[in-house]
Amino acid sequence: MTAQQAVDHAGRDINTQAGDVLLKVEGAVKNFPIKQGIIFQKEVARVHAVSGVDLEVRSGETLGLVGETGCGKSTLARLIAGLYPMTSGRITFDGSDITNLPRKKMRPFRRDIQMIFQDPYGSLNPRRRVGSIIGDPFDIHGVADGAERKKRVQELMEVVGLNPEHFNRFPAEFSGGQRQRIGVARALALRPKLIICDEPVSALDVSIQAQVINLLDDLQNEFGLTYIFIAHDLSVVRHVSDRVAVMYLGKIMEFGPVDDLYGLPRHPYTNALLSAVPVPDPDRADTRERVILRGDVPSPVNPPSGCPFHPRCPKAQDICVEQMPPLEPVFDDPPEHRVACHFPVPEGEDISQCTPGIDQSGTGPLVGADLSAVATGS
Amino acid sequence: MGRFIVRRALFGVVVLAIISFAVFILFFVVAPGDKAANFCGKGCTPERLAQINKLYHLDQSWISQYWLYVKRLVLHGDLGYSFNNQQPVRAIIFDRAPATASLALGAAVVWLSLGIPIGILAATKPRSLRDRAATTFALAGLSIPTFVLGLLFLYLFFYQLTIHGAAFFPGNGYVPLTQNPWEWMKHLILPWFTLAVVSAASYSRITRGSLLEVLGEDYIRTARAKGLSERRVIYRHGLRSALTPVVTLLGIDVGTLLGGAIVTEAVFGLGGIGQTAVTAVVNGDLPIIFGTVLFAAFFIVVANILVDIAYALLDARVRLA
Amino acid sequence: MTVIAADEVAQQKAGGPGHDIPPQKAIEGRTPLQLAWARLKKDRVSIACLIVIIVLVLVAIFANQLTSLIGHPPNEQYRDKGLAPNGLPVGPGGFFLLGGDDVGRDILSRIIHGTRVSLLVGVVATALAVLIGVSVGTMAGYFGGRVDTVLSRTMDVFLSFPFLLFAISLVSVFSPSVRISIFVIAFFTWANVGRIVRGQVLSIREKEYVEAARSLGAGDFRIMVVDVLPNLVAPILVYSTLLIPTAIVFEATLSFLGLGVPIPTPTWGNMISESQGTYLQAPGFLIFPSLALFITTLAFNLLGDGLRDALDPRAARVLARK
Repeated sequence: MTAQQAVDHAGRDINTQAGDVLLKVEGAVKNFPIKQGIIFQKEVARVHAVSGVDLEVRSGETLGLVGETGCGKSTLARLIAGLYPMTSGRITFDGSDITNLPRKKMRPFRRDIQMIFQDPYGSLNPRRRVGSIIGDPFDIHGVADGAERKKRVQELMEVVGLNPEHFNRFPAEFSGGQRQRIGVARALALRPKLIICDEPVSALDVSIQAQVINLLDDLQNEFGLTYIFIAHDLSVVRHVSDRVAVMYLGKIMEFGPVDDLYGLPRHPYTNALLSAVPVPDPDRADTRERVILRGDVPSPVNPPSGCPFHPRCPKAQDICVEQMPPLEPVFDDPPEHRVACHFPVPEGEDISQCTPGIDQSGTGPLVGADLSAVATGS
Repeated sequence: MGRFIVRRALFGVVVLAIISFAVFILFFVVAPGDKAANFCGKGCTPERLAQINKLYHLDQSWISQYWLYVKRLVLHGDLGYSFNNQQPVRAIIFDRAPATASLALGAAVVWLSLGIPIGILAATKPRSLRDRAATTFALAGLSIPTFVLGLLFLYLFFYQLTIHGAAFFPGNGYVPLTQNPWEWMKHLILPWFTLAVVSAASYSRITRGSLLEVLGEDYIRTARAKGLSERRVIYRHGLRSALTPVVTLLGIDVGTLLGGAIVTEAVFGLGGIGQTAVTAVVNGDLPIIFGTVLFAAFFIVVANILVDIAYALLDARVRLA
Repeated sequence: MTVIAADEVAQQKAGGPGHDIPPQKAIEGRTPLQLAWARLKKDRVSIACLIVIIVLVLVAIFANQLTSLIGHPPNEQYRDKGLAPNGLPVGPGGFFLLGGDDVGRDILSRIIHGTRVSLLVGVVATALAVLIGVSVGTMAGYFGGRVDTVLSRTMDVFLSFPFLLFAISLVSVFSPSVRISIFVIAFFTWANVGRIVRGQVLSIREKEYVEAARSLGAGDFRIMVVDVLPNLVAPILVYSTLLIPTAIVFEATLSFLGLGVPIPTPTWGNMISESQGTYLQAPGFLIFPSLALFITTLAFNLLGDGLRDALDPRAARVLARK
């Protein structure tokens, strides 16, 4: 690159070159208060949705974010998009600190950070025409008006694979897959740098899923986009991501390049998740050991101490109850592949054969066979 | 549950405070003309004016007037004094209250026994003849103003019957229950139906709608699949959930009920609180109006609280809100 | 919805999404309101009501012309021809088409002029109530938190007022007039609208497209106007149509009690009130204004029902609460 400031295809200055860190999240914490009271409500408990997440996203890559329902990945996405204020922590985007910026200051960044939502039926206003919906970003940021706007909207529709003549139709007249395309077009309108995809294909039929994923892939290549791809379907995440982060109860358990993580999962939780992924070859499926976790995910209102996974972990020991392990590489893994575990899984270990060193019956909501606690009403 | 009641009661007090304040402002502050003269009524004399001025502290700031007003209201339940009738308003109200109460309660019985069964009949055979008949009745009933209905009833059941020699229903007046139960009822039947028809129509529609919706739910289908008789399905399973919106309606309707009662009393000459208020307007007797409004507000707020508590007992979700 | 199914079938035939239907099919989507109108047109009862209402509006507008056509101004007392020899009102047919009232005025002319007051008060009061109710309800529902608490409590207070009694007091303090009637009606009905709107806005606020708008950087006001309000049009329309007859009846009741528009201006309510002395002998005096009132109220109620079914056939029952 020359000494001059480079400019991207939309004519804007690029502070971040391909491969540099575009988004950095440090110590993100988000709590939702639960209030009660007769006249004046005061906080009686909190939902710990995100409990200390550190993350970086590099320009041009796709970062996959996986986890079960309730692990906080959607909340994290919304924190990054500025839809919720952060309780504590810092977010740095393209060199600027965008943590909890007031609305006016946040506006220019909204052009660069966009979101695609999960529900193709709920994410589009049923009473508005599709052209108007896609044109919203142009209107809000005063970028284009009238005929110019119409032209750009129709260009976008073509780019995502919709017929630009359907510009005046209503969302009800499109299928689920097409509606997601509309959502993509809307997100793409102002040529953002980062697009957060919150389970964009979870609500679609499998064949349509493939089309939408391919579309996202093509767009990434054409426009140099960076994605944060959130999903709970591990196979999809594997297909699209460059690096993957695994979340559990508001914390990141494992993080690394996709092949490393899927090939050699170090965290017991990741192991369990991956063992549940269906394998097409019936012979292999039979010989595989399934790791079945006991109990349910604990409530984020009262998360377990230390490592949040200890109530269900086959390898848990006392230290797991006391201390949250740091997120760092283990064994001889490359520095990119980091795990938060006191007892990471070495290659070849079958954790379904492990037994925990702590009493796990009382530490989750009614897990296991110990029902005496229920009988005494405690 | 206790917390809920406390919250609700507290709110009720606030509402009463605001309404009484509004009434105060209306009568003592923004009313045009000399306040004392307004309260004086017919046959006003200078001594009476002076008396009123002293009684309500009308020469002092309206803040002290308000304070006095609140004190007298809360501590003594004093609702004012009517010079026209030479009686404290409270006495007048309590004297007339039984008529209004008889009217309201009787009408409530009538419209519940009329409205809900009609709604059920309609919902259990949708689009049938009886459903259409019920819906037509409901819409017609909703569209007739109470006073028109009252006059119509008088014309049909009093006048026509009388001139054809079959007099049964009296034309007006009220006979207290304690004096003669049979006469009491005869005098009240027409007013009861007059007041009830509009509400019955409304309730039948809501019952019908609510029951239709509930009967479409999966758990009803399960009950039928289990082989329960249709009657059990409807009455034990369907009605319970269908009736909760009806209960809330009861509460909101207390205000409308009062309005209807006023009109019905006026038409049938029942001499209840409502009619008293109306006559008071005609006679320019402000103290009665003033006292009646306060009394009615109190009554409505209490009724609303009771209904809310009943609703919370029925539906646990409300308590936790 | 048949539209989607047709589209999907056509697309599958054409080889998947992205290959869309040839341009002969509608390129311009029909708005939900247009679709509702098409549904409404098929409902004969609603169309009949609509016609009745239009006729009423025309009667109100051209009241003066109509009465001069008849030849009997509404306030003119024809003591010689209008009253029977015994002093009682004259019956229908003959000199007065619908009969006369107790001081020899033409009932038909008075009913025609009464239409003016009823419709004026009914529509204006409803419009006012809806305006206030929608604004307050939207703000309460959208902003939530303290704003919502304050506004909701305010609405609850208004709903707890003994409205007819308070109306009576207001009228007794200030003398009766059209303006007071409109104000009183609006004063007591806006909170009903507000509550319903607030409920709707609360559910709309949770929808993803509102979140999407916010993530795009849209301000609160823009979201309320562009995203929330269009989804409120249907319930507001239905509720207004159902509120108008309530307002009309309210006005009639006030007039009946002598608290509405001052005499001699004819309104259906005070005509009915005046008929009380003589209706037993001359029922026409009671029946014709009552009929006018009944037909008007019924027409609006039926139309409101029809609108509700046309705008959202599924949700008809949810809006059943008045």
